[in-house]
Amino acid sequence: MKIAVIQFPGSNCDQDALWSLRSDLGVEAEYVWHGESSLNGFDGVFVPGGFTYGDYLRCGAIAAQSSVMQEVIRFANEGRPVLGVCNGFQILCETGILPGALLQNINERFICDTIHLVAAQRQSPWTAQAEGVIPIPIAHGEGRYLAQDDELKKLEDDNLIAFRYCDSAGNVNEKSNPNGSLNNIAGILNKRGNVLGMMPHPERVTGKNIGSTAGLPIISGFVSVFATI
Amino acid sequence: MVTVRVNVSLKPSLLDSAGRTVAKSLKDLSFSEVNDVRIGKTITLQMEKYEEDRVKAMCDKLLANPVIENYSIEVLP
Repeated sequence: MKIAVIQFPGSNCDQDALWSLRSDLGVEAEYVWHGESSLNGFDGVFVPGGFTYGDYLRCGAIAAQSSVMQEVIRFANEGRPVLGVCNGFQILCETGILPGALLQNINERFICDTIHLVAAQRQSPWTAQAEGVIPIPIAHGEGRYLAQDDELKKLEDDNLIAFRYCDSAGNVNEKSNPNGSLNNIAGILNKRGNVLGMMPHPERVTGKNIGSTAGLPIISGFVSVFATI
Repeated sequence: MVTVRVNVSLKPSLLDSAGRTVAKSLKDLSFSEVNDVRIGKTITLQMEKYEEDRVKAMCDKLLANPVIENYSIEVLP
């Protein structure tokens, strides 16, 4: 399988994403510039983190309008694997592929830290391998997940919350919520389950030689979703 | 030419964390009459002609996010 790593002006996690896919997951991966209008030849998409277009207007708002995103929307609708991390998650929300929005962290600070995640359910190809408490880096200023009440209820009722922030013992509570996200939400799925958006960075922790492979079970979701097509 | 001002603000039900910080700072400066601060943004458009539907479409598509923001449109004299 071959994954497209989308590059926008201001992407800065694109190399991490590419090398995580190539070296650690062992799949083919290539950069695709945001101005491209075709993703032919690719099987999945990684929308990486960064500060696309300087976060002007709203995080991800301008990137969401780029021509390649029309193809990402098509991939999402066709059930292909799509992962948006950090700014990539914000972009997926701005396109409407995923519901809700990401607001400034409740403490108004950019947070660069290692936190803990726990899968909210294990039935999705993106979460099935994500066992136990996962230590994982976050690096964002706007990560407070928010959705309107009916949208949030739908996410909870339909089991579309992928990951929640927790402490090192796995407790999900206000204290273990780094940014004020509703219901400690760190990542969500689309209705079909092939698209995952999350603020933490699994692609930064997929190699033993850089210290941790805690994110590999999440990145492996590309292969698991691909197998369901 | 016509000047159109779009005011975008976070929905009143949402916590404006930057506004809260500014409110606290104003209180620290002894402006105790301030109860709350909300920070929005103003986008000023210079346009050939004004059509309300077109500007609304701009707001819905790009300038504002209906999930979290409200907007109002002002045509300046």
